[in-house]
Amino acid sequence: MAPRTSAKICGMGHSMKRKEDPRFLQGKGNYIDDFTLPGMLWLDIVRSPIAYGKIVNIDTSKALEIDGVLAVLTGKDLEAYNLHWMPTLMSDTQMVLPTDTVMYQSQEVAGVIATSRYAAADGVAAVEVEYEPMKPVIDPFQALEDDAPVLRTDKEGQEDNRIWHWEAGDKEATDKIFDEADVVVREKMHVPRIHVASIETCGCLADFNPVEGHLTVYMTTQAPHAIRTVLALVAGHVGLSEEKIRVVSPDIGGGFGGKVPVYPGYVIAIAASVVLGKPVKWIEDRMENLQADSFARDYHMDAEVAADSSGRIRALRIKTLADHGYSDAQAAPSKFPAGLFSICTGSYDMENAYAEVDAVYTNKPPGGVAYRCSFRVTEAVHCLERIVDTLAHKVGKDPATLREENFIGKEAFPYQSPLGWEYDSGDYQAAMDKAKEMIGYDDLRREQAEKRARGELMGIGVCSFTEVLGAGPSKDFDILGIKMFDSAEVRVHPTGKAIARFGTKSQGQGHETTYAQIIAEELGLPAAHVQVEEGDTDTAPYGLGTYASRSTPTAGAAGAMAARKIRDKAAKIAAHLLEVSEDDLDWEPGTFSVKGAPDKSVSIQECAFAAYTNLPEGLEPGMEATNYYDPPNLTFPFGTYICVVDIDRGTGEVSVRRFVAVDDCGNIINPMIVQGQIHGGLTQGLGPALYEEIPYDEDGNNLAGSFMDYLVPTAVETPAWETGHTVTPSPHHPLGAKGVGESATVGAPPAIANAVVDALAHLGVTHMEIPIRPDRVWEVLREKGVAG
Amino acid sequence: MIPPQFDYHAPGSLEEALALLGELDDAKVMSGGQSLLPMLKLRLATPANIVDIGRIPGLDSITESGGSLRIGALVTETALEENATVAERYPILLDTAKVIADPLVRNRATICGNVAHGDPANDHPATMLALRAQMVATGPKGERTIGVDDFFHGLFMTSLDPGEILTEIRIPAPGERSGGAYLKLERKVGDYAVAGVAVQLELDKNGKVTRAGIGLTNLGFAPIRASAAEKALTGATLLEQRGFKGAIARVRGIFSGGLDADEVIAAAAQAAADATDPVADRRGSVEYKRNMARVLTARAIRQALSRAGG
Repeated sequence: MAPRTSAKICGMGHSMKRKEDPRFLQGKGNYIDDFTLPGMLWLDIVRSPIAYGKIVNIDTSKALEIDGVLAVLTGKDLEAYNLHWMPTLMSDTQMVLPTDTVMYQSQEVAGVIATSRYAAADGVAAVEVEYEPMKPVIDPFQALEDDAPVLRTDKEGQEDNRIWHWEAGDKEATDKIFDEADVVVREKMHVPRIHVASIETCGCLADFNPVEGHLTVYMTTQAPHAIRTVLALVAGHVGLSEEKIRVVSPDIGGGFGGKVPVYPGYVIAIAASVVLGKPVKWIEDRMENLQADSFARDYHMDAEVAADSSGRIRALRIKTLADHGYSDAQAAPSKFPAGLFSICTGSYDMENAYAEVDAVYTNKPPGGVAYRCSFRVTEAVHCLERIVDTLAHKVGKDPATLREENFIGKEAFPYQSPLGWEYDSGDYQAAMDKAKEMIGYDDLRREQAEKRARGELMGIGVCSFTEVLGAGPSKDFDILGIKMFDSAEVRVHPTGKAIARFGTKSQGQGHETTYAQIIAEELGLPAAHVQVEEGDTDTAPYGLGTYASRSTPTAGAAGAMAARKIRDKAAKIAAHLLEVSEDDLDWEPGTFSVKGAPDKSVSIQECAFAAYTNLPEGLEPGMEATNYYDPPNLTFPFGTYICVVDIDRGTGEVSVRRFVAVDDCGNIINPMIVQGQIHGGLTQGLGPALYEEIPYDEDGNNLAGSFMDYLVPTAVETPAWETGHTVTPSPHHPLGAKGVGESATVGAPPAIANAVVDALAHLGVTHMEIPIRPDRVWEVLREKGVAG
Repeated sequence: MIPPQFDYHAPGSLEEALALLGELDDAKVMSGGQSLLPMLKLRLATPANIVDIGRIPGLDSITESGGSLRIGALVTETALEENATVAERYPILLDTAKVIADPLVRNRATICGNVAHGDPANDHPATMLALRAQMVATGPKGERTIGVDDFFHGLFMTSLDPGEILTEIRIPAPGERSGGAYLKLERKVGDYAVAGVAVQLELDKNGKVTRAGIGLTNLGFAPIRASAAEKALTGATLLEQRGFKGAIARVRGIFSGGLDADEVIAAAAQAAADATDPVADRRGSVEYKRNMARVLTARAIRQALSRAGG
């Protein structure tokens, strides 16, 4: 689609260079650790070396002897203010600091406050904690056994380790289809515990002003407004009411869902600032970040597909066990404890489906955050896209063909899925066709056959995912009761330049550019003249923040709607200036002209000036508008990814030779930014597919607690991504756009896993658990007698 | 990630450094610091004193003289990578340097530090075993030379006395027809080896192996010399033999009780695997690591042969 605006205006469709990049590339960003305040103190945290046990004693005396150490806060200290526990965003509870029991390795046990980062660390090393270890519950299946100890004895009425049960779909009807189906395939699969591992760890600078009773918290949060409200709800009883709290989220070095939750460190820093009356800074180190901050995924899925003998899918049935660690501290919408897992019927038309998830407590860190994934969509898509391949191999069909034969046709939209979604738009075959063409699918299949005959292992993996994002419509979506709308406030200055503020918060997504282009598209002001601000609760309009690919679907739409309000007002002014009726005006981005007399025109800038200097009678001065956008539906981007791998028979190493990603995210605002999002997302899909995992031993020790063992792929491991797109606009979004930030993270892992399984399918392999490590592949090769 | 307190000393001469090591309690020598600093930050090492030899002039040269390549204490991995003599005559060293950590680390990390650290997961020790290098240690009583086979004793344990500094590594210059290779299997770039194999071969004019050196990385509590594998190769003719002459040679070889090249290499590779004593960890099972020693040894032998002009 050709852009509607000129390159000078740079509205939608222009690959405008990111406005934020000059400061990032020159090291002039303003991240949390760049903030310094006079008299600032440092917090460092004592953490539990064991996964489960009683705290017998905490001796702080040696720590307090260290020069510069001012205080050590324990759970008992916070208990005095009733701040030792806090609610999670899922209405569960979580310790800030324990008073008697630790529940996972690396849990916060005490906070050391000192005059320097170094003294604080020395203080941490000097705090002596005596524990009485208990046998932890690490395996979620074991957590459900009758003789498993009940971990959450603090919760009244909690008699086992179950957190909740969720289900969707018609069980009876689904079971009936399975009973009579020609073909049933089943795979058990685990999407393991992983971590967002953003380049910037979490941290905050809490600044309580004891005179004013005012608290400012600079912090790494993707949702500053929601955090402020939560703080007011949690600490209202100690005098921190919402108007006295300001949360500032500065430049953020990656969030990916990991900076949505409230971590104990933030609360300890705030408590310390309140107690000491000084600013207190807390910055996590990498190991703390990996070991204690919210994890993602950890779904154990047992999936079945029923089909007729030709491979036509009839029904899907998934039973899932979700390991939530010791608290349900994910950040999903209230009514969706299993996130949007019910998108698991994906791109395929089927008669029925039934999915259930049981969540359990274990002695691991809490979380379940949506790591670059719109609430459990990654799990759902991995499950479906893997088992669809199993079905294809079972009925002897090419996996691409089987998918095509099961696609929801483009004429079927809006499509009602068996599990209750209304897909807004889609053309799955178009994305598949483009991906196959780009990669040369048929040639690759021929090459594979030749190589197989020579004993070489090459595989081709296909994934045709459907995403669901943009939470969301207020009738269904809220977090702690707050509806998941989002907002924009646009003000045009007399000289025709503008400031636009949003309720979301960029963590690298490029909002300063994308949002400016949306305003440019609607108002015809050059995007370069639109300054975008987010993240300060004192100035930005209220919104639920940036995660789940919701910024463009919600706040982006709000920006367009606010700009349209301004354009309507500008039209009145233009009519006044041109001395015609409003109905006699034509609008081209940036210019109103008189119908039939195009040389009689005024620019949007002239209208802006007039809004402050030369108004028609009865019109309110100024040029400003606000919109709180409650989306009518979610958006459903989709795509087809095709991946080619070669396997080293000697070592089991998988090398991704090619990877084609064809995405459809509706109308595109900035093609370059979208491509960047896809590249980043693909790399974050490659990680869990081949490298990343946080395993625990039976004692609850984290076995990947640093970058030595938590293997984030680098440029060396990353293939040269090949991207393409099709455009199927969203019918309900004001710009026809959909979110895109997470599609690639969702679509990449099954494409890669499918390619590896495809390379081994002739040996009878139907499934490989991710991450597909070389040693795992080699074990399979050896078992099948083909290891080199 | 904050180290405990320590006193930092930056001597300007070797004599001064040795004197400091003599008089200070609990002192640790630092060259590039790329192993020591992480250990300090993790508080796994807590020395009271650090003697940084990084500012001592004259220790950063790579020269080939007197029949050996001499690598000074402060030669960085990057300097090794950029050295023309190394690239041309000691490709195995280049292989090794290139797979250590990442370029930022290699800009600071030193070869001597890598060896003196005594970590069997480090890459240079295996290569030094394959090359039969000599370690020059300087202490209060002057210089002494330690053969590489006498240098490594176990995890972080070497023959260096606390008062000594590894000031130079001497590598015998390669013969006319010789070649070597270092192969490392890693989970991702910059990782410690799942398994690493260094092979250095010397051939006579007929292509017979006259000398073989094979060292193994991260497959036991110390760097391992695969002696049985070396023995299996020594005396064998492994050149790729093509055409009629090759066929004759092969038949002759077999009639004289010999093995063909593939079999010799397989036997050597298996002998190398048998010499390992790995532990199971996140890099794989004992079984996997042993097999990777076998697979990499075979591949490294072939590459060394090809570099030797085989």
